[in-house]
Amino acid sequence: MLLSELEYARPGSVEEAVRLLGSNENARALAGGQSLVNVMKTRVATPEVVVDLNRIDALRGIAVADGALEIGAMTTYTAIIDSPEVAAARPILAEVARTIADVQVRNRGTIGGNVCSNDPTNHFPPLAAALGAELTILGASGERTVGAEEFFEGVYMTAVHPGELLTKVRIPAKGDARDGWASITLGKDGTGIVNVAASVRDGTARVAIGCVAATPVVVTASADETAVQDAVRSAGLDPPADVHASAEYRRHLAEVLAARAVRDAA
Amino acid sequence: MSTHEVAVTVNGERYEREVEARKLLVHFIRDDLDLTGTHVGCDTGNCGACTILLDGQAVKSCMLLAAQADGAEITTVEGLAPDGELTPLQRAFSEHHGLQCGYCTPGMLISATHLLSHTPRPTDEEIRRGIQGNICRCTGYVNIVKAIRAASQGQSL
Repeated sequence: MLLSELEYARPGSVEEAVRLLGSNENARALAGGQSLVNVMKTRVATPEVVVDLNRIDALRGIAVADGALEIGAMTTYTAIIDSPEVAAARPILAEVARTIADVQVRNRGTIGGNVCSNDPTNHFPPLAAALGAELTILGASGERTVGAEEFFEGVYMTAVHPGELLTKVRIPAKGDARDGWASITLGKDGTGIVNVAASVRDGTARVAIGCVAATPVVVTASADETAVQDAVRSAGLDPPADVHASAEYRRHLAEVLAARAVRDAA
Repeated sequence: MSTHEVAVTVNGERYEREVEARKLLVHFIRDDLDLTGTHVGCDTGNCGACTILLDGQAVKSCMLLAAQADGAEITTVEGLAPDGELTPLQRAFSEHHGLQCGYCTPGMLISATHLLSHTPRPTDEEIRRGIQGNICRCTGYVNIVKAIRAASQGQSL
């Protein structure tokens, strides 16, 4: 497929990337490209400038500080899956990354691209919401860190505004929390029909449901399966209907998968 | 529109070309380098026919810009058997009928090569996960899995 005409820039630093992103209102950051290149083919997105983040070493890598993980936005799913730091600190991240698409996509796709594209069926938005992730955004006027509940603003929209860049995702220390995940997908490891992430601490489950609204829906309840199902039922979900599932079926799955995610966390 | 110098090593040979920013890597490989073993199937990142090794990692070459590959080492299906002698994996595909029309085969071979380089003795489950990103509409996958298993065990027929 021939893409629309575009300019390509390959900055070597985050500062240069922010300058490039700020210099044209139709500039887009290119992370793993596993969604963006496709939407450029269909002309759903026609950026004039593509700012390739793949040569910025500062955006890659996984560090641990006091049990918390700091994951560079350009860290690939494969790097997360293979990371001894993730396995020790918060293995759910690797367990979920392992179920994204296929090996070729996991070799290119990044955690930053996953949260910034914020497709409602993506894996990391509900996971970030359940684990209480903090996301650091760099812009021309400086750096700020926002919580997951503030980060996800709408379908394909996040707190990373034009001219800005997500630099890292911080996952708090696990402590005595236990994490779980449950999903129903189109085929094995396919697109989610409903995804649920859960984190259980001190008898309380924090559950984040994906695919049922523009942004992850967070519900907290006592960490038993009936209480969690009741809480999801009371949340008044109004999920979309499509060729894969009716709204009613997605509401049903949200309850069932929330209970399963809490069970998975046990 | 910008154009970019791209210097890549493909199957051990170095190429330097100027490309338009909008050119996809798969078209660069096929049209500019005339290496047509890498196929375009769906052009949407689903089918895996365009899979190559980019710095040792299996990727779908329809999902990258050619300009992104500057400085990279690439292996395409032509590079698996540079001297014309098939690799054990390629022989196993032939012996176990791991193909019919052959359209998906270049991508299958690259994904399987990538799998075996990381997991030399995969289970059937690992083989199936390893070729999850490659779609075959002829074989039903059974003989492909058989071929990869045979190659991993050093068996011929």
